[in-house]
Amino acid sequence: MKKEIDIKKFLANNIVPIIFIVLCLICIPLAGYSGQYLVSQIITRIMRNSFLVLSLLIPIMAGMGLNFGMTLGAMAGQIGIIFITAWNVVGIPGLLLAAIIATPIAALLGWFCGKMLNMAKGREMITSYMISFFMNGVYQLVVLYGMGPVIPLHSDQVILPRGYGVRNTIDLINVRQSVDNFWSLTIAGVKIPLLTIILIALLCVVIVWFRKTKLGQDMRAVGQDMEVAREAGIKVERTRILAIVISTIFAAYGMILYLSNMGTLNTYNSHSQIGMFSIAALLVGGASVSRASIKNVFLGIILFHLMFILAPQAGRELMGQAQIGEFFRVFISYGVITLSLVLYEIRERREKAESAKAIADQQKEERA
Amino acid sequence: MEKVKSFISSFGLPRLIIAGFLLLLFIIAPFVGIRVGASISDTLARFGMNSIMVLAMVPMIHSGCGLNFGLPLGIISGLLGATLSIETGVTGPLSFLLAILYSTPFAIILGWGYGKLLNRVKGSEMMIATYVGFSSVAFMSIMWLILPYSSPTMVWGYSGSGLRTTISTDGFYSQILHNFLCLRIGSLEISLGEILFFALFAFIIWAFLHTKTGTAMTAVGSNPIFARASGISVDKQRTLSVIMSTWLGALGILCYQQGYGFIQLYQGPMYMAMPAVSAILIGGASVNKASIPNVIIGTILYQGIVTMTPSVMNNLIHTDMSEVLRIIVSNGMILYALTRKSGASR
Amino acid sequence: MQSVSKEYNGNPVLKDVNFTLKEGEVLGLVGENGAGKSTLMNILFGMDVIRQTGGYGGRILIDGKEVKFASPLDALKAGIGMVHQEFSLLPGFTAAENILLNREPENKSVISLVFGQRANTIDRKTLQKKAIDAITKLGVSLDPDMLVSEMPVGHKQFTEISREISKSSIRLLVLDEPTAVLSEKEAEMLLKAIKNLSAQGISVIFITHRLQEILDVCNKVIVMRDGRIINELDAAKTSIQEMAKLMVGREVASSSREKEERKLSDSIIMSIRNLWVDMPGETVKNVNLDVHKGEFLGIGGLAGQGKIGIPNGIMGLFPSGGSVTLNGKNIPLGDTRACLDSSMAFVSEDRRGVGLLLDESLEWNIAFPAMQIQNKFLKKYLGGLVKWRDQGAIESVTKKYIQQLQIKCTSSKQKAKELSGGNQQKICLAKAFALEPKLLFVSEPTRGIDVGAKALVLQALKQYNRELGVTIVMVSSELEELRQCCDRIAIVTDGAISGILPASTPSEEFGILMVGKSMKEAK
Repeated sequence: MKKEIDIKKFLANNIVPIIFIVLCLICIPLAGYSGQYLVSQIITRIMRNSFLVLSLLIPIMAGMGLNFGMTLGAMAGQIGIIFITAWNVVGIPGLLLAAIIATPIAALLGWFCGKMLNMAKGREMITSYMISFFMNGVYQLVVLYGMGPVIPLHSDQVILPRGYGVRNTIDLINVRQSVDNFWSLTIAGVKIPLLTIILIALLCVVIVWFRKTKLGQDMRAVGQDMEVAREAGIKVERTRILAIVISTIFAAYGMILYLSNMGTLNTYNSHSQIGMFSIAALLVGGASVSRASIKNVFLGIILFHLMFILAPQAGRELMGQAQIGEFFRVFISYGVITLSLVLYEIRERREKAESAKAIADQQKEERA
Repeated sequence: MEKVKSFISSFGLPRLIIAGFLLLLFIIAPFVGIRVGASISDTLARFGMNSIMVLAMVPMIHSGCGLNFGLPLGIISGLLGATLSIETGVTGPLSFLLAILYSTPFAIILGWGYGKLLNRVKGSEMMIATYVGFSSVAFMSIMWLILPYSSPTMVWGYSGSGLRTTISTDGFYSQILHNFLCLRIGSLEISLGEILFFALFAFIIWAFLHTKTGTAMTAVGSNPIFARASGISVDKQRTLSVIMSTWLGALGILCYQQGYGFIQLYQGPMYMAMPAVSAILIGGASVNKASIPNVIIGTILYQGIVTMTPSVMNNLIHTDMSEVLRIIVSNGMILYALTRKSGASR
Repeated sequence: MQSVSKEYNGNPVLKDVNFTLKEGEVLGLVGENGAGKSTLMNILFGMDVIRQTGGYGGRILIDGKEVKFASPLDALKAGIGMVHQEFSLLPGFTAAENILLNREPENKSVISLVFGQRANTIDRKTLQKKAIDAITKLGVSLDPDMLVSEMPVGHKQFTEISREISKSSIRLLVLDEPTAVLSEKEAEMLLKAIKNLSAQGISVIFITHRLQEILDVCNKVIVMRDGRIINELDAAKTSIQEMAKLMVGREVASSSREKEERKLSDSIIMSIRNLWVDMPGETVKNVNLDVHKGEFLGIGGLAGQGKIGIPNGIMGLFPSGGSVTLNGKNIPLGDTRACLDSSMAFVSEDRRGVGLLLDESLEWNIAFPAMQIQNKFLKKYLGGLVKWRDQGAIESVTKKYIQQLQIKCTSSKQKAKELSGGNQQKICLAKAFALEPKLLFVSEPTRGIDVGAKALVLQALKQYNRELGVTIVMVSSELEELRQCCDRIAIVTDGAISGILPASTPSEEFGILMVGKSMKEAK
């Protein structure tokens, strides 16, 4: 009896990853890819995305929900990349310089975002989402009109022929895969970039360490109950802003890694896409609005990107149209976010409703 | 001084800035060689196209469901109605009526389900509405490919199946309202048809808000606990408001299509909620209060800026920054509404 | 404390309070709601409310030196700790983490030199040790690793107290109704813990409604009433009766006003059986009550005992169960509409939250329920298909009530939030009157309104009952007010009715009923 309930509970709490596992299992034979191909693809994706997804963990810890504002960090990262490409700084030094340029921008954007979110407590998610839209406009203003005349950049590689504004796509030949290729192994035809792995592992360690710090403890406290934390003398507003700033800076670094792995920058699209995909991946891994772990990050990336690789091919095999698969994976990424948000809200509500039942039971017992 | 201050606070600073900006654009326009008459006609035409979608925000705001970021759901009903109407092969004004008729059941069913969902997630409606909108658009993208449409004006020529990304409404209901009772004075062109169409629905909503049910809906939005203590079923009122909003969204997109001349499928409706949301906010609405004047003022201001900025900017500095400005203004407006302390509780 | 006094908006709530407390002494503080206990403690604790409302008079001396606390943090530094009625704990933290919240011991590291203090890691071992120290000092059994969300209420209470005494400088601990939420066994443990603390030289101020507990642990008792200290008693020499009498007894004897003894109608309009209500802080567990037709029934009792939960539960505002019949017909619980349809009405104690549409006009507020429930103030068009708001009728009914209840407002279109508390309360009454109910529930009608409005509200209710024969059930924390208006008064203790007495009964007897459980022991 007890066990049955446990299984039910397990299913209910992990419904999103379970759906994904089932979908992937169905799609693998349909798509007909070789195992080696899939494994190497998945490893590439993990290398590409995990830094970005990990950056989402800290605001969740501080009770601020999914940080849709991570797009801001991605923008900062892109600006860094644009600069080093224009200046022709190559390889790992180039990436380091990009990170150095991106850090203050990300910190500033994160601070702005945190300030805004403090003004909209209780609806952080929609607000951070709108901030990402708003800052997207500002980003375009800077990159499309400011770069060239206002911010001196004169590189044919980067600037449009008209003399200002950044090209739609930039070839990042200077830094392409420079981290991945720095030190890598090939096992059974699968390339394993050791330096990237070390970087990601380092960030995981930092996050684990961070949880143990005083600041991490304060963030957990603020995340659970702002009022109680305030009474205990914790500076609630400051802590919340810090959470967002840290997340934004990590997102900027994640974006730089991501772009160097991809090798091309989609100046006006990369950042908004990456926000959505990272959040969807985290949720697929079984995270919720209020709880997320490193385990969720990696499971999520594997499942979500497996789906991403498989869906178009499976669509072609099944329906004769690859496009259906394309649309299907877009639907899946939005659908997952919707489902997780709805499930989270419903679960919250159910917990509140249970206290009434307890009283009724108690009275019954007393009368019996 | 006090008077000025109270005027600013009642009118809202951002609204004042936007109105001032628009006025400035109109003042500059003649000097850079733009005919004001044409600009006004353009603004009015866009008002006619977009106003009903902005009106679709009103019922949900009234019942406390917040800004209707789930507008794409209504748009999808409209698209279904439009494509079904064209599929039947009926042309002319009748096809417009048919499109409205066909989209109605979809709007009611989708709105009902959407309302039920929103009732279960009170407090975070807006976030979930956004994603419900997105996922339904993505879902319908698959459907547009699969559904067995066959009208040659709509399906891809080469494969014979799957709908095209854009479908012309020429010969069906393109410009049907626009050309109805259209006044032309010099370069000024005023379409009474579109304005009357909007006026009709604005009147219906206004009247509805004066009935017993409309009163109950407003009370639900104003204080749901008060409404419950007065024996009102809060969930029912909210669902009703969502259905109304969804249906108006469907009408809104049909109206938009007749003015624009094309039906946009697939990812087309994805971001259509944002302009409508920011328009009503520019009009002075907040997250939980909105009125018909908000709709009218907001749509005129918003569409005025959207039409005037590109032409003025182009002639002034030979650069078209309008798209970027539009993004900043519209999203900035939504952000302002969300971060206002005196705003709503949600 | 020397002649401490305090006024809120010109209403004196504390007058000339003096007492002293020795090291390691346990002081019991008793009094009805509104007697001034909380205000006194707020002053002692330097709470913001006090300063925002104009400070206080008199002096507070610690070790013979005068102190003036600018904030609770100052009070903490001086060694005063307070445990409030509401828990202030983080559910996802363990007991140990909660006990040392924001005072966690830290490991210094190189990294913190770069990133500042907050980058120090937390020293879990020391944290654990310190927490256990505090728990042992309190002398209770509490697992430091248990999550607060999984604890029984009693353990939460112990965690709170442990947190206060883990502060190294703690000298005086204020406990505000710590036993109200505890089971009997847990309460016993707590009382033992209090004795432990006092043996270690920590003074305790113990606020409670359970008088037996006072006798058990306190050295000294202070009884407060109307902002004054009525008496200071030696706990060893007093009795429950004496304390109860002092708590409620007014110098103004009941003889000062003539009390009409009305004969109650025999027919029962409402009968309540086995009612339970899950209202946070006002849980009702098992209420059985009969209301006679045309009577004015009062429901009294101390705060948190469940009296407010009764009308809220019946009217379906909180989850409830049991059976309620009105005129012999069963009323489905949890269905507000059905209650209103069967001619009941309710004036909520939560004016601003439940009672009013703050952002709407007075007209809307008054006419809304009657419009929705009874289709009043509507014009019908198209054969009843369109029900249009009848602005004229709404305006005239609003004006009628504005006049009748002397509501002070600029016009009937003024927004409800712009009115004062008393006038808002009158709007709530008007709203209920407009429904023309047969049975009217009124909950705390005079809470937070000034004396003049108070009298008017009570007068209006009394008139409504006497002249129109409407049955009224009034819930109030103020016994005097109930005795003024009501025919009978039921006292609620611990979620159940502990007794019903005619309003003319001397107040001591009500006092004894209020303190509930101990009544049997007292007699």
